[in-house]
Parts: sequence; C-alpha cells; structure tokens
Amino acid sequence: MGRVVAAMSGGVDSSVAAALLAQDAATSGDEVIGVWMRLHPDRGEGWEASRSCCSPDAADDARRVAQIAGIPFFVLNLEREFGARVIDAFADGYLEGATPNPCQTCNQYIKFDELLRRGLAAYGAERVATGHYARVDKVGQQYLLRTAADADKDQTYFLWVLDQEQLAHTAFPLGELTKPQVRGIAADLGLPTAHKPESQEICFVPAGDYRALLAERRGYDGEPGPIVDAEGTRVGTHTGYAHYTVGQRHGLGVALGEAVYVREVRPGSNTVVIGSRQEVAAQQFAVDGRRFVAGEPPAERFAAHVRIRHRAPAVRAEVTLVGDERFAVETAEPVWAPAPGQAAVLYQDDICLGGGRIARAQ
Amino acid sequence: MSVYLDHAATTPLRPEVLQAMQPYLTEHFGNPSSIHGIGRQARLGLDEAREAVAQALGAKPREIVFTGGGTEADNLAIKGAAWAASARGRELVVSSIEHKAVTQSVAVMERYGFRTTWLAVDRYGRVDPADVASAIGEHTTLVSVMYANNEVGSVQPVAEIGAICRQGGALFHVDAVQAAGFLPLDVDALGADLLSLSGHKLHGPKGVGALFVRQGTALLAQQSGGAQERQRRAGTENVAAAVGFAQALQLAQQERAHEGARLAALRDSLIAEMAALPGVSLTGHPTERLPNSASFVIDGVEGGDLVAALDLEGIAASTGSACTTGSAEPSHVLLAMGLEPEVAHGSLRLTLGRGNDEDDVRLTVEATRRVLERMRGAGERRPEVASV
Repeated sequence: MGRVVAAMSGGVDSSVAAALLAQDAATSGDEVIGVWMRLHPDRGEGWEASRSCCSPDAADDARRVAQIAGIPFFVLNLEREFGARVIDAFADGYLEGATPNPCQTCNQYIKFDELLRRGLAAYGAERVATGHYARVDKVGQQYLLRTAADADKDQTYFLWVLDQEQLAHTAFPLGELTKPQVRGIAADLGLPTAHKPESQEICFVPAGDYRALLAERRGYDGEPGPIVDAEGTRVGTHTGYAHYTVGQRHGLGVALGEAVYVREVRPGSNTVVIGSRQEVAAQQFAVDGRRFVAGEPPAERFAAHVRIRHRAPAVRAEVTLVGDERFAVETAEPVWAPAPGQAAVLYQDDICLGGGRIARAQ
Repeated sequence: MSVYLDHAATTPLRPEVLQAMQPYLTEHFGNPSSIHGIGRQARLGLDEAREAVAQALGAKPREIVFTGGGTEADNLAIKGAAWAASARGRELVVSSIEHKAVTQSVAVMERYGFRTTWLAVDRYGRVDPADVASAIGEHTTLVSVMYANNEVGSVQPVAEIGAICRQGGALFHVDAVQAAGFLPLDVDALGADLLSLSGHKLHGPKGVGALFVRQGTALLAQQSGGAQERQRRAGTENVAAAVGFAQALQLAQQERAHEGARLAALRDSLIAEMAALPGVSLTGHPTERLPNSASFVIDGVEGGDLVAALDLEGIAASTGSACTTGSAEPSHVLLAMGLEPEVAHGSLRLTLGRGNDEDDVRLTVEATRRVLERMRGAGERRPEVASV
C-alpha cells in the first residue's frame, strides 16, 4: 500500500494511465493522486485576461478525468522551473546552432525530477506515473528501461535520461498497451479526453513557430547571413542562423536544380551550410554527455542499435566510448542528418541502454 | 478524520439559514416586481431581508443594494462611485493589500485614465492613517481600505481612516467581506460611505452579497436592464439568497461576542503551537487580527505543496487567497508587508469557524509537524539528478 502521483496533462494517454491506476488502487490499497502541472502561462479569455484564476482547457480536462476516476487532484505550478530548465534551454539550443529536445529535458528536469521530488516529499508518494509508452522492469537489483509493447508509440527516445534512482520511483501504466487499446479504455470509462486529437507540436510553441519565442526569451531577431554550399560558395541568404535546423529542406529560398538540405548551422559566422541528400546523411558521428540507464556502459566497445530522432528506425551500430563523456557511433548504413543537440539513444533488443547528445562535427 | 480550516474561503450553510430560504425556493417563487399576490409575497421576503441587513449596519434599508456577491459589491463600489464622481476628480487612494476584486476594479479604472495612489502597509499588513491623510488630494474622490485582510487577517484602523476621508472630502469604501460576523459593522462609527459584504463567508449562501451605499452617494450602475435595487443593480432579485444572507448576518451579529471570544482563544493556541514548529513564523498582526485567522510563512516549503499534503492528511487549509491558486506569483499582500518573494511562496492560512474545537487545533498541528518532517527529510534523501 502506498501513494502514487499520476502526472496528468489533460491528454488521453495520461488520463488513461491515471484511470487505470485508480482502478488497480481499489484492490491494491494504493492511493492515487492526480497532478496537473502548470508549465507555461496561458492567457485567460476575458478582457482583463491575466494568469490567475483562469485554468486552461488542458487543466479542465485533467480535473474532469480525476473526478471520474475518483482521485484527488492538485495543480502544481512549475512555471519558473519549466521556464528556466526547458524553455530557456530550448531557446539557447537554437542559439548554439543545435536542435533542442524539449520533451526530453522536460522528462529529465520536470517530470522525473521536480515532480518526483515534490511528489515524494509533499504527498508522501512512492512513485510517479505518467502516460508514456515505455516499460520499467526490475531484474535482480537492476531497473531496466524497455521499449513499449506498441513499437509505433514507443517513447523511450525521450526517457533515456532516467537513472536507476528515478526508475525505482517510476511507473508507466500504458507500457503493455497499444494506442487503440488506450483510446478504447478511455471511451469505455467515458473520459472526456477519449477522442482528443494527438498533439504533435511542442506544448509551449504555438503553431510550431519558435522564432517568436527566440525573440521574446532571448531578444534574438535574426540577422541575415550567407547560405553556402559544401565548397563555401554563397548560394543564398538566410534570415538568421538560429532559424534553421540540420536536415531542414523548406524555407531556404535556394534553387540549385537538386533538392538541398541544411547540413550545418554555424553560429560564430552566422552561416548556414547546405548539402545534397547524400552529403547530409552520415555513418559516423560523435555523441556528448553520455548517460547509461544502468549507471555504467555495457563495455568499452559494443554493438547496439541507435536512434537519432523520435520514430526514426533504430539502426545497427558500433559504439566506442571516448574519454569520460563521449562515445563515437559508426552505423551499418547511412542515417539521415544527425543533428547536433538531438539525442542518440542506444538499444539492445528492447532494452534502452541510455544515450547522449549528438555533438557538433569537429 | 477531516478538519475544515478554510473558513476565509467559504463556510457551510447554517441549517437555520437553509430553513429561512426554503419557502422562497418553493412556494414563494414570485418576482418581487410583480403586481400580484405571489409577487408581493416575494417582495415581503426581500424587504424584510433588506431591513435586517440595514439594521446590522446601522443603516437605512434604502442604503442596501443586494448584489451577486462580495466581488460584485466591490466592483460596483469602485467603478460605480469613481465614475459617478469623475466630473469632480479622477484620483483614487487604495491600500496595497486589498482583495483582487478591488485592485483589479481599480486597474480597469486606470485604463480609463484614473490615477491611483497605493497605500503602503507596515510589516503587520496595517495601513497608517497618516498616509491616507497625505495621499488625499484635491481631486481624490474615493478611498478604499479593507476592514480586515483576507490573507493575514490584519484589522485596519478603518474608523480613523473614515474620519480622515470625511475631512478630505473623499468617499470611503470599506471591503468588510472578511470582517462581517467578527467585527462591529456600524457604518456611521466606521465613517464608511460604501461597504461590501458577502453571504457565504458567514454561513450564508454563495452568490449573494450587499453593498451599503450611504444616502446621497452617487453611483453609476454597472449592470443595466431594470429598475431593481433603486436602479443601482438591474436584474430580478435573488430573493431566497437575500433572505438567507440576511438570516446568516443576523445570527452572526447575535453570536458575535461569544463566538468571537471562543474563536480568539482557539486561534491563539493554534498560533502558539504552529509557531513552535521549526521554520514556522506568524504573518500579520499578533493581536489586531480577525479572531478566526491564523497565517504563517514556512521556511523552505512551497505553500501549495504543504496545503496539498495537509489535504491528504485530512486537513483543509489554504495558502492565502483561494483566488490565486495555481498562480506563480507570490501573494501581493505578503510582498506589500515586505516579505521576500521566496519567503512569501511558503504561505499557509488556517481560518477557524463555528465547527472547530481544540481537537481540530491539535490534529492540525500534529499533521503539519508530520508533513513538514517528511517534506524536509525527503528533500535530503534523494540526491539531485546530475545534469547532462
């Protein structure tokens, strides 16, 4: 018997996760506590729109689900923490010429750190549960992070940062379910979130346009600069290096006969380098800030599958540790546009070993 | 086990009040403005309710405007009086610890070009009457200072301020929403021209309140559409709620001396035992405070976390104002009292009421001790996650 904090976003996945825990609690004697995190400001609807007293739709949905599941529901304000750890880091990532990974930083610093610590301390909880599609198994004294039963929905790409201590206090009630099953459960329980469309965009970047955010958070308006090809020949003009990400094709305003993509973003010289499809692909890249779920790497050199963006296929690779922080990856076949800042996540079968962030080419 | 210590947020309806309301929710359903007998019956209830409220304030029945609650009364007072006197001046004097019903009404007036002098408070959350005297200028039309603060319970020197306003030729609005039921409400003694009340803070129904408007005080109605409430608040009167509110106010006034002393003794032991816990300090004035109000700041703890934790222990408490739940901003009241934002985040408000006794105080202190130990212990148990 213990308490578990169900992180509820107002989406269908976390709604079903909370509802399933509440159902189990009836027999297990656990106590489930629903928590909705206020992560960024949301404008009210009145003329005097302000941040107090107006809860956004997502919080309303989460509260209704908690009511139906019969669990207590609290709003936790983490605007400051999310602003500093996730939104600012997101903006800084672009300013460094990288492609930030905000869902992963949110998991690392907000859901499985701030919420976990607050949940353990304030609510006397033992675990935090989320609606992620992933599995945690305890084998001997080891907690293993495993991919979800629904390979299509697997979210370990955003969870590789979790360590043993965090996994010991984590539950993923949806790990064995498929998305259609989850929607079915939501409909059967009459949850208002059952038919909510999937959200694909970053929660704090409305309409996917992060340029306004760079201006607002970091005063970056973008200064036009050169777009160059592999030989350094100027082929166009960009609106500001931070507006571009590696692998991007659209919005370059360059017509060279063949399709071109952003190959590299150079903040120092405010330059965007483009290349052909072949030039943007790679078989070797370096990864920085390595972490392993087990705490230790499996070996100095080992075979694994590597995934370099969410939902991209995991590709067979050789991994070699370099120094204390890095590893080098050599893939069996070319992978599309390894983007500095994005995670390279390692797998052996369905076990997520950990990963790191793709480093800038030296 | 369940202990309700959030009477400043709202209170349960008293059975006598429900009983008084019942006929007006059923057989006496008429519209008080109707000519026929059924309407006249409703009018009778409304008239009697108005007389009862007027009597509690030492006012005339015509000076009572029933509203949809305390917030509406504050809005009508600030906006209605400021507009009506705007030919004479557009300057307002307002304390910095008012409820948002007042501060945000003032903010709306500022958008129309009105200017505000915000009165500072001391570390106990009290306004200095001398500041009011120096703030009132030639074009000041309205002064607003609450009777007792909703977050820290500090009682303001309203009678002194009222006299100063009279001398300075400015109208004086008193938000008495929290004070009603605990403090004397004689509007002449207070020197109030406008005074706001709410039903549900004193065991009456929600959705009803009243604004006292001293005879001769011009007011621009904020709601148009009928001649009700002497053209100061259009709309068919909520008769049952007005009857319940009047009944609740009468009962509170009758029992005030006895119940106030009982609650003050409970409050004092609650404050003494809470302040003895490590890291817990009292906010607001040690003695010049509402008899039911105890408020604290707690080192190294987020108020919202503590309130959630206490809820899981069966104790219903609050961080301060129920209207700012989920807000990242610390209380404007605590900031005005000079507390640092980090400190102000750790606020806890415990407000007593008719149902509470010594056992509730004991259970609350025990639960707080338990929860604080856990919150502080757990902070150290889990190492900070290393960053990537």
